Amino acid sequence: MSEHEYVPKSKAGKWFNDRLPLLTLGAHLTDYPTPKNLNYWWTFGGILTFCLITQIVTGIVLAMHYVAHADLAFASVEHIMRDVNYGWLIRYIHSNGASMFFLAVYIHIFRSLFYGSYKSPREVIWIIGLMIYLLMMAAAFMGYVLPWGQMSFWGATVITNLFSAIPLVGDSITTWLWGAYSVDNPTLNRFFSLHYLIPFLILGLVVLHIWALHVPGNNNPVGIDIKKPSKDTVPFHPYITIKDAFALLVFMIIFAGFVFFTPNVLGHSDNYIPANPLITPAHIVPEWYLLPFYAILRSVPDKLGGVILMFSAIFILFVLPWLDTSKVRSAVFRPIYRQFFWILVIDVLMLGYVGAMPAEGIYLVLARVGTVYYFLHFIVVMPVVGYLEKTDPIPMSISEPVLTGGAEPSLARKVNDKV
Amino acid sequence: MIKFNLKLLVLSFLLLISHKPLQSAEMVDPIKVDWSFKGLTGTFDRASLQRGFQVYKEVCASCHSMQYLSYRNLGEPGGPEFSEQEVKAIAASFEIEDGPDSQGEMFTRPGKPSDKFKSPYPNVQAATAANGGAYPPDMSVLVKARKGGANYIYSVLVGYEDPPPGVTLDDGVYYNKYMAGNKIKMPNNLMDGLVEYADGTESTVDQMAKDVTTFLAWAAEPELEERHKTGVKVIIYLVLLTTLVYLSMKKIWSRVDTEV
Amino acid sequence: MSKEEKKVNRRDFLFTASYTIGAVGVGAVIWPMIDQMNPDKAQQALATTEVDISSIEPGKSITVLWRGKPIFIKKRTPEEIAEARAVKLDDLPDPQKDEDRVKEGKDEWLVMLGVCTHLGCVPLKDKGEFNGWFCPCHGSHYDVSGRIRKGPAPTNMEIPKFEFVDSNTIKIG
Repeated sequence: MSEHEYVPKSKAGKWFNDRLPLLTLGAHLTDYPTPKNLNYWWTFGGILTFCLITQIVTGIVLAMHYVAHADLAFASVEHIMRDVNYGWLIRYIHSNGASMFFLAVYIHIFRSLFYGSYKSPREVIWIIGLMIYLLMMAAAFMGYVLPWGQMSFWGATVITNLFSAIPLVGDSITTWLWGAYSVDNPTLNRFFSLHYLIPFLILGLVVLHIWALHVPGNNNPVGIDIKKPSKDTVPFHPYITIKDAFALLVFMIIFAGFVFFTPNVLGHSDNYIPANPLITPAHIVPEWYLLPFYAILRSVPDKLGGVILMFSAIFILFVLPWLDTSKVRSAVFRPIYRQFFWILVIDVLMLGYVGAMPAEGIYLVLARVGTVYYFLHFIVVMPVVGYLEKTDPIPMSISEPVLTGGAEPSLARKVNDKV
Repeated sequence: MIKFNLKLLVLSFLLLISHKPLQSAEMVDPIKVDWSFKGLTGTFDRASLQRGFQVYKEVCASCHSMQYLSYRNLGEPGGPEFSEQEVKAIAASFEIEDGPDSQGEMFTRPGKPSDKFKSPYPNVQAATAANGGAYPPDMSVLVKARKGGANYIYSVLVGYEDPPPGVTLDDGVYYNKYMAGNKIKMPNNLMDGLVEYADGTESTVDQMAKDVTTFLAWAAEPELEERHKTGVKVIIYLVLLTTLVYLSMKKIWSRVDTEV
Repeated sequence: MSKEEKKVNRRDFLFTASYTIGAVGVGAVIWPMIDQMNPDKAQQALATTEVDISSIEPGKSITVLWRGKPIFIKKRTPEEIAEARAVKLDDLPDPQKDEDRVKEGKDEWLVMLGVCTHLGCVPLKDKGEFNGWFCPCHGSHYDVSGRIRKGPAPTNMEIPKFEFVDSNTIKIG
């Protein structure tokens, strides 16, 4: 934040700013030099902020009407849907908002993977981002338990039972998590408490995420370091704010489509059956955004092995900046890696699909193939391809691209050559 | 290159999901009905909702509870929209337990619009015991709680058949084409002319099944009409604002040499 | 990039329209978040309650619950009624005739919201300097008609909407 010294014009402003430099912060955020070639994949940071705020606001509102008790939770949700003024709207925004949040975060993560945004000097941004993602999954899982329907109950049972795979202390840990001898009222109550807490932890991490981002500045589609401010940058406001606003509005149209016209399509019908500890639904599936990990879990015929592999699938991402040996950030200039990137995208989508299917026959085979590739991609492909690949020529600056060699034609269009 | 790969991606994914999951052989897809409440601007057919309530009251309610509904809901906008007098009369036709009074005794009184629908059994155990071990599910959100929704409920109601040869059924178990596993403990309760519709509509099995399914669809989603109406307004508003912001963006970015 | 270029021309119609319509949208979103805290439909539906008053002796009162608040129902003796009506209106901080606080022909029945108009405590019966109610929280004295006579409360205790269903039953709300 030391690119310029901001001095407020008014006396009062100066007095306040000397004591708490909020105005300096505001000026920094407004003038923050941003690469001018950021494409729409870069708008998802703003969209995610919107998602988080939406979830927090609607969640606080829902908590005013929800009752975290095994006997009353289901009825209180119906009360929200039927009697509370605009209750149905607020609940549908919150439940679909979770899905929209994950949709945005996956695009955000894959954008980072494609353009090498996790690479030096942005490793800390990446790691904080992954911590946010982990907390999001915890919040979403616990939130799904709160309506106390069949999927809530059995989802909670299955996920908490993952911890029973831990040798020696596993059973003690699950009992401790439950506060009972099965998923029961104490479990629901603590999940509600934690579900309310986690978003604020996420909010704190988001501040760190943005702070860490503003130290080196944004990566960009070309992936090169740029001078700031320079002819390669634009001030954040109004250029990036208006572009983020436009992208956010398009996102909101899709969001509204779900909320108003198919509010339950992303959920599961069994969750409108009140929780019954005596009957397990025929087909337990987690929410769609957890399906790839669920597929990895089920691809291993061993309880502990499956759990370890599933958690590894997330934790391997933490060391990604050190697994990638390439000197070049953006996949735009990495013809070989680019192919593998798309294979990874297809692989994760396929894992998500087979995660929703019964774990048998062809689905099990696909899940295993998908799991193997997932890990190969990070452990083998990234270091080896990064080392061996002959990358395309990289432009010196955003405004002066090299148009010779194998440069991306679409890049040439994006990067205007008028100086 | 990116574009090409995106296409490849979408194609391979579509291929994947178009492949039908394996199903048990007896499961039949539910009948597709052209419900008036389908679609972006769908609304309920009031007359059908009122008839459906009659079928529920005279046929289903002897076993199935609807504990999340209140009699007042029957008069609310977007539902059957019975008049205030009709709602009061419907509520008053039920004896509701209230209390305790000043002596500490429970007592019964005629229902009020603010009362919840009276349940046929005091609890789940009683309902299960009285129905041969199968709990008749609460119908408040039944349409949302079943895959296939309204189509599925309707299909089950009209899906009773004689069992195919080789299938033996225990006492109190019936064969239904659309039920998972084909076995259902609810007997076929609908027969032509079973209820006498106040509006003179002929009460065929098909008509009653459609009416009561419409009623259940409303019971599960009483906000549906308001949701659709609000949704259309919200989308129009968002498209308008998006257009304005898009044009503003173009204007602002015209000051630099980069396209957006 | 020069300073002039950075500045947004706020008079531009496009920007004004975007801001205005955007602000309308924000307002439309805020309203549901506020309205959700208002009484819901189930609360609104519980607006009436019926009370059996046949067993109340003259000079005695009962307290019933209506919308979560106490309702005082007092059957007043003729002496009490006379006392209430003898008060000069000029002596009252909130002048109101006793006749206006009861149903005509049912003058013995005082039905009122048992909530002190100062800060919402429940006054004690048969206490205070005016043979009526006394609020222990901040010392407001009410007379036998439930009118404020002394203390910080600004107005008389409120009379709810009620009616006699028959001679033994009243319906509040």
